[in-house]
Amino acid sequence: MIGPLAYPTGMFSRVITLLFAALLVLSGCGDGAGDDSGQSAGIAAADVWVKATDEDMSAVFAVISNSADTDATVVGVATDLTDSAELHETADGTMRPVESFTVPAGESLILEPGGNHLMLMDLTEPIEPGQEVTLTLEFEDGTTFDLAATAKDFAGGAEDYDDHAGHDGHDHEDHEDH
Amino acid sequence: MKRRALFGGAAAVGAAAVGGAVLGSAAAPADAPRPHGTDTVPFHGRHQAGIATDAQAHQSLLAFDLVRGVDAEAVGRLLTLLTDDAERLTAGRAPLADIEPEMAAVPARLTVTFGFGPRLVRIVAGPTAVPAWLRPLPPYPTIDRLEERWNGGDLLVQVAAEDPTTVAHAVRMMVRDARAFATLRWRQDGFRHAAGTHRPGTTMRNLFGQIDGSANAVPGTEEFDRVVWRDGPEEWLVGGTTMVVRRIAMDLDTWDEVGRTAREFSVGRRLSDGAPLTGGTETDDVDLDAVDERGFTVIGPAAHVRRARTDDPTQRIFRRAYNYDGVDGTGLVFTAFQADLEHQYLPMQARLAELDALNAWTTPIGSAVFAIPGGIAPGEHVGQALFG
Ligand code: HEM
Ligand SMILES: [Cu+2]
Repeated sequence: MIGPLAYPTGMFSRVITLLFAALLVLSGCGDGAGDDSGQSAGIAAADVWVKATDEDMSAVFAVISNSADTDATVVGVATDLTDSAELHETADGTMRPVESFTVPAGESLILEPGGNHLMLMDLTEPIEPGQEVTLTLEFEDGTTFDLAATAKDFAGGAEDYDDHAGHDGHDHEDHEDH
Repeated sequence: MKRRALFGGAAAVGAAAVGGAVLGSAAAPADAPRPHGTDTVPFHGRHQAGIATDAQAHQSLLAFDLVRGVDAEAVGRLLTLLTDDAERLTAGRAPLADIEPEMAAVPARLTVTFGFGPRLVRIVAGPTAVPAWLRPLPPYPTIDRLEERWNGGDLLVQVAAEDPTTVAHAVRMMVRDARAFATLRWRQDGFRHAAGTHRPGTTMRNLFGQIDGSANAVPGTEEFDRVVWRDGPEEWLVGGTTMVVRRIAMDLDTWDEVGRTAREFSVGRRLSDGAPLTGGTETDDVDLDAVDERGFTVIGPAAHVRRARTDDPTQRIFRRAYNYDGVDGTGLVFTAFQADLEHQYLPMQARLAELDALNAWTTPIGSAVFAIPGGIAPGEHVGQALFG
């Protein structure tokens, strides 16, 4: 069993298998899964964080799991911080908006630097380290799932990598087309 | 594609207990002893871990100064971040946003313990919240040669584990997440015997070769609880304690000039096994009244244990020293925990400053006092009760 992202090495696939086991435990503990508040059944989140910033853009990362036996489709994200929050993917070193993310039944969606993420734009206030940012994931079936992200001071390895490699690439701070 | 290979695992590993995956990957003969790197010490509880914890082999003490402009709200965010890091790291899980999650996979009994200096308490809860004892020790001019670079601090983080790589990584995570709020004032690294080199429970040797820690109360006993833990009166210190850090240089060159008998006489215990010079074994107390055939007390008037010891059981302290040794010299990162600093620690330190044979070879060069808040439950941050 491998998560939705294919990893190149055997080591990572072992890690992902363990990860999935850990998430099952988490959701079993009622970690947000299947609330009575219109929250999406079977969805759980772990390791939710947002990059602290003084600029007007940031990104949110997490591991979203789906313990239900049907796929879940994330179609949007909302937050009080801005009206302009999007689902982004990264391909060939460039990020771009996507319509949806699928969280396959029994698997998980990994949002991580250099990969899929939730993009926050047009921020009007800094996100301070340690601040808690709340977001709501919107699913295709009309249900929602609330996330609490911890803001982390993050130098952003992936972005640096692109700069040094000379790509015109994924750099949240300099991103022009939002 | 390359990017994924480089950065892909961060979020994933963070959620997983990767210990098995990492430790188990190398081919090892079936009868090899089980590595103890995955052993953990619980972070949550009535008391912070790292005090009653059987001392790990490696320790780093970090003292941070809050930068100007940091207010109570910002201290709350700082403690939220550091608590989250500590919770994860001590369980063998990567902190959020760690690009090298593999570094967290070997917790090796990692503990992370937090202490507050007076300025932090004042910033969070106002001047009236600062306990009277939470201030620098009084000067001891007969012994002190304090260097400002080893003194004080607003926030103490004690990081300890059996593996120095684990300690270094945890220290890095703390420093990184404190960066927006604080500067590192000092760092004191220390060591004891490596795990597995001695029978469990063996008292350590310091770099004078002395067995150091014999007369300590034993964690888990009622005596230990009485010596160390507070039950108030401040709510945030229920289940907490007070901590003294003294950096004490030890002069190995002049110690070399002393014969074995005089060395033992300076303390009052035997070098070989730590037993009192008055007989018995290491776990026995010294008999301060015992006399030799000429009528002199066996434990001399200036012997360290005579000066340190008190018959008043309410005046004991719990010592948790680590050795340091390097370009900066040799000595002890001496730490002492006691419920009531004024009643338990100060009289003893004053007696030792006045007269102690060991003072001939030892010099305090750093000094700091911290309040150690009580332990926390999941969902809280360290020191939360101070925030009212
Ligand atoms: C470099 C400095 C020091 C060295 C090398 C040292 C060494 C020792 C040794 C070898 C012992 C005997 C074994 C034991 O019970 O642990 C001892 C006991 C003791 N030391 Fe120290 N010590 C130092 C500093 C201090 C300081 C600063 C204090 C307190 C302010 C202190 C308090 C005590 C106490 C309370 C005992 C136990 C006495 C008893 O009840 O038998 N020591 N120390
Ligand atoms: Cu983006």
